Amino acid sequence: MASASATSAHPSAHRSHMARWLVVAVPYLWLLLFFVAPFLIIFKISLSDTAIAMPPYTPVFKGFDAFGDFASKLDLENYLFLTSDPLYIKAYLSSLRIALISTFLLLLIGYPMALAMARAPNSLRPTLVMLVILPFWTSFLIRVYAWIGILKPDGLLTLLLQAIGFMGPDDQVQIFRTDIAVFIGMVYSYLPFMVLPLYAALEKMDATLLEAASDLGCPPWKAFWKITFPLSLPGVIAGSMICFIPITGEFVIPDLLGGADTLMIGKTLWTEFFGNRDWPLASAVAVILLILLVVPIAIFQNQQKRVV
Amino acid sequence: MAKSLGPVKRKFSPWTDPTAEPFIRFENVTKRFGDFTAVNNLTLDIYEREFFSLLGPSGCGKTTLMRMLAGFEEPTEGRILLQGKDISGVPPYRRPTNMMFQSYALFPHMTVEKNIAFGLQQDNLPKADIAKRVQEMLKLVKLEQFAKRKPAQLSGGQRQRVALARSLAKRPKVLLLDEPLGALDKKLREETQFELMDIQHTLGLTFLIVTHDQEEAMTVSDRIAVMDKGEIMQVATPAEIYEAPNSRYVADFIGDINILEGTVRHREDAAGLPGVLRIDSDGLQVAVDTGSQAVADDKVAFAIRPEKVRISLDKPAETAVNALYGEVWDIGYLGDFSVFLVRMEDGRIVRAAQANVSRLVDRPITFGDMVWLTWSRDAGIVLTR
Repeated sequence: MASASATSAHPSAHRSHMARWLVVAVPYLWLLLFFVAPFLIIFKISLSDTAIAMPPYTPVFKGFDAFGDFASKLDLENYLFLTSDPLYIKAYLSSLRIALISTFLLLLIGYPMALAMARAPNSLRPTLVMLVILPFWTSFLIRVYAWIGILKPDGLLTLLLQAIGFMGPDDQVQIFRTDIAVFIGMVYSYLPFMVLPLYAALEKMDATLLEAASDLGCPPWKAFWKITFPLSLPGVIAGSMICFIPITGEFVIPDLLGGADTLMIGKTLWTEFFGNRDWPLASAVAVILLILLVVPIAIFQNQQKRVV
Repeated sequence: MAKSLGPVKRKFSPWTDPTAEPFIRFENVTKRFGDFTAVNNLTLDIYEREFFSLLGPSGCGKTTLMRMLAGFEEPTEGRILLQGKDISGVPPYRRPTNMMFQSYALFPHMTVEKNIAFGLQQDNLPKADIAKRVQEMLKLVKLEQFAKRKPAQLSGGQRQRVALARSLAKRPKVLLLDEPLGALDKKLREETQFELMDIQHTLGLTFLIVTHDQEEAMTVSDRIAVMDKGEIMQVATPAEIYEAPNSRYVADFIGDINILEGTVRHREDAAGLPGVLRIDSDGLQVAVDTGSQAVADDKVAFAIRPEKVRISLDKPAETAVNALYGEVWDIGYLGDFSVFLVRMEDGRIVRAAQANVSRLVDRPITFGDMVWLTWSRDAGIVLTR
């Protein structure tokens, strides 16, 4: 009896088992195809040497017969070079510094915005969310170029300050091509990515918790730090990670708004790749950047697990 | 009241003492939200150590009234006095009231212990005192072994206890309970009701409870205020509310009741006795002597609780003052009670409840039987409102 039912149930059970595996496999296949495989290729290139050839590096993988010879030509030379030239270390540190300051500024500006949105009347909230994502309707590049028009010495900001008499007619705003311009660009471009996760965390918070805190003798300003902020922590971490990680590798904003002394690893990578055509070294830069960013991602993951 | 209505549980009735100072006084309080009047010119006194219930359907203004006392809403007109002092404009965090929220509103990121300690920390008490009080509270609600848990790791009943402990930790002058037991199942709810009464009695605090559950209000309260549309319909002890409701609304809201609309035919007054009213309700004649002031030709309602109506297959003696004849239309078996729906000749239904004292499976009275309903002269009441 038992064996009969087992054999009759088998084909359909097998099929549903397969289906379940497929569902699980799809995201992993996606990751394999578009993250792991390209990463392995980049990693391999980073172990190669430059060559005046097409592609511009050697050795090139030519099948498994010559694998021994191929593997023997790979080395860590590029990584050693990265540590020997202080330019690269400075670029990494400067990138992390700019990303850290930008993320902090984003939190400082984004949190009150998200809080105001979450406390706004229900009917107004969809409109406010729309307004936050509205800039995406225009190309990112065009929006950064617009900032050049605003920040350059004879730009709109100078004209405005002169018009309201805050500045003499001969003075000019001297922030274009400085780190300040980079911070303005970063904060402007990444603000929606900070506001939206914060808003999501704050919006689902139960307002009666604040009433309970008040009822128990806690004034509103204290209740913010004891109740609201701790409960929004998942949003704070999510927003900070979503901003910090891409800002570290950002290229366009420092290139367009920053000065010659604005050192960021994205720019270095670009120069190595397109300027010097040194693909192996550029790949090594990219691999190190990835490793640097895995640390905060791991912290983020760990935090998410703890919250759940 | 002309008659005493049953034993008063623990001789406590400051509201009958004209010299007693009310602990809380709502004085002509009105609260409007835009066009909507939630509370309408309401005056109410609550005394110290009283367990007071605000009872009414949802939207009757009971929660608004409580929230005004807690300080979450300010009255549009009128004032609220606590121990004789006007508390208008005092923010919630400076009021000596604590509230147990309907949703419990426990802080999800804090342990049970920290939740209970929260209010005490706001008063900057020494750490040792806080720890001691938290332990006391945990013991009171029997949650000692759950001190380190987060609210999400507790059952509904346990969360409710944490909420109670947290609201009691500061020993508030008044504890406000907003539908405190709504989320619990019946059995746990009944247990908790008795625990609440115990705690209130032990700590000697004033409790104000908002509920729409009349059984809950009846069980726990010293007095009940029945509310409707922002107004108080009646304030009285549970027994008075049940046995002597002052209006059709209160009679109908609390428990099950038969209401027969009619006209007073005549009134017989005898010295030293409450007047007997003979009421005609579209051909049904009833006599009642519960001290109503109604006179001949007044439009009144005669009301009687089903459990005060006797049901019988036999014709009653000629001397029976109230007797109605009808057909058993339906029977509701409730376990402890059976409710008989008896159809009068004109189609009206009068309900009679009978305790199921024996375990007889085939009941002597069944569907389609012609039965007599009888009751004494003082079993029913006359409602003029």
